[in-house]
Amino acid sequence: MSTPPLIEFKNLRKSFGDNVVLDGVDLVFNQGEVTTIIGKSGVGKSVMIKHIVGLLEPDSGEILVRGRPLGEMPPAERKEFKGRVSYMFQSNALFDSMTVFDNVALPLRERRRMPEPEVRRKAMALLETLELPHVTERYPSQLSGGMQKRVALARALVNDPEIVLFDEPTTGLDPLRKNAVLAMVSHYQRHFGFTAIMVSHDVPDVFYISNRIAILDQGRILFSGSPVELERSGNEVAVEFLASLESLENEIMGITGLHGLQERLAAQPAADGGRQAALLALEDMEGLRRQAGNLGAHRFLDACIGLARKHAGPGALLGRTGPGEFLCVLPAALPGGEDAAGRFLSGVSRDLAQGGLCRLGAADLSISVAVLGGAAQLKANDCREAAAAARAGATALGRLACGDGE
Amino acid sequence: MLTAPVEWLGRRGLSFLLEAGRYTCFSLRAMAAACRLPLQVFKTVEQVYFIGVRSMSVILLIGLFTGMVLGLQGYYALVKFGSEGMLGAAVALSLIRELGPVLTAIMVIGRAGSAMTAEIGVMRISEQIDALDTMDIDPVRFLVSPKVAGAVISFPLLTAFFDFMGIVGGYLTGVIMLGVNSGIYWYRIESAVEMSDVTGGFVKSLVFALIVATMCSYQGYYTHLRSRGFGAVGVSLSTTTAVVISCVMVLISDYVITSFFM
Repeated sequence: MSTPPLIEFKNLRKSFGDNVVLDGVDLVFNQGEVTTIIGKSGVGKSVMIKHIVGLLEPDSGEILVRGRPLGEMPPAERKEFKGRVSYMFQSNALFDSMTVFDNVALPLRERRRMPEPEVRRKAMALLETLELPHVTERYPSQLSGGMQKRVALARALVNDPEIVLFDEPTTGLDPLRKNAVLAMVSHYQRHFGFTAIMVSHDVPDVFYISNRIAILDQGRILFSGSPVELERSGNEVAVEFLASLESLENEIMGITGLHGLQERLAAQPAADGGRQAALLALEDMEGLRRQAGNLGAHRFLDACIGLARKHAGPGALLGRTGPGEFLCVLPAALPGGEDAAGRFLSGVSRDLAQGGLCRLGAADLSISVAVLGGAAQLKANDCREAAAAARAGATALGRLACGDGE
Repeated sequence: MLTAPVEWLGRRGLSFLLEAGRYTCFSLRAMAAACRLPLQVFKTVEQVYFIGVRSMSVILLIGLFTGMVLGLQGYYALVKFGSEGMLGAAVALSLIRELGPVLTAIMVIGRAGSAMTAEIGVMRISEQIDALDTMDIDPVRFLVSPKVAGAVISFPLLTAFFDFMGIVGGYLTGVIMLGVNSGIYWYRIESAVEMSDVTGGFVKSLVFALIVATMCSYQGYYTHLRSRGFGAVGVSLSTTTAVVISCVMVLISDYVITSFFM
């Protein structure tokens, strides 16, 4: 018989009034692993892990600890389990009327009732590891956000916990500190062997330190598995998370990912006989990035999107389907009937031939790249299929040249 | 339409019962935790300092002026019956049986009770109480019990100081200003005040201590459950509610103790 997982959520449901936050969550946390829960803000990631430590009680469903329902445990056993869990709050929740040292020492003094010299030795050792020995007599409000985070981490680890829950441990940290905290979580997890359950937005950084990833969306677990499995899964939400480096770029350019495009289409009334779509792609995006850099490549893509908006009109929906390509779902009212996509591509091609569409803002840099385009009929709002069909029939529309400074 | 007032009344009634039940459980939990070993001696001493020592100056001042006013008003009432010699007894009995415990409690509610609510309320909204919970540290024992113990120790002592200063205040106006015989003033106090009066006042101050410490802590502890107002607004509403309810409960319990037990 196999060993039951350390913690298992079974059909967990939780609502706050009419707001259903968890709608049947099933998830397993294995001992000694780092499991990271990712998802958009406000989907209930923190609510989920607060159930483990008893800060929230589920409306229905079960939390099993080594196969035993947490809710049915006798108080002493439940207390013993709670004693093995530490929680690092998103807001740090440091005691603002206590010094840094007292904050870190509190669990040892109150829970373990250790002798004071031992408390001092242990707390100081941890504070030194976290590069905080010089602030022990300061109060939390006198520290920077990053330092407060580290104090909270020290307090969570001082009790040698078996399970540590990290609620967005890197929020508010600069990139260097963020990397340091993630590395520290990974290092300590390997060193002490505790089970880490982390809620984070730091995709894809957390993938490097996680054994398992779970995606929470609309109250349910959409995906659970290793980061490699996640990457290979093709799950739309997962793909969007993995492509999150592109997210800022998409936001700036006013387009969505493929999943977002699908959602926006679903929210609109279906057109009779489907809608027409066109794919525009920059040839060899990787090469372009090498040549022009990320910011330069962004200018090319932005110019391409500008062209699409100009010819498709305000009702068009644009979704990114790859690093250098996007699908433009044309408005049903666009003139041209069944050849609306063809007319759209011709318009783009004409403008490309005229040039002067893109400026890089670097006087000594001038690059041109081929723009490919293809048309497709959107069936049942399946953007993925439409993009594939358009890609298969794509032809060169012209070259987009950028240079000449600003 | 016609059932609306009944529904409203029912809702309010149920809500009151829920609140009363929760408060009772909270208070009993805090009192039981205060007696649990190991005793939290240092934290209790800190609270005695905060509630008792830091309130001392204001209590002495209020006590003195209350006694002076009692001396003045008592003299003008008693002199109409030719009984100004009873001034000492009137001042002392009023203070020891009634005004000492009540005014001390109300002063401490304003000075320390509101601070207790605000402190615990801020800890609640900034998740510090949740943090204690996750560390398996009982927040009620850690935060509330020392306040209850500190109040139980401080209130009778503050009341005694209040009574003493009030009697001195009565002496200043009655004897020094209005010419009542000094020996008569002290003799009447000695002959009129019985041990049961002192014990009654002492019991009142103990009851008030429990009411003030538990109600002020309770309002802060459950700040997050307020239906109107979150965050800083919630804390300010809790503080106001704590002061008002504590004062009302002190006066109601004062009447109950006086009419049934004294």
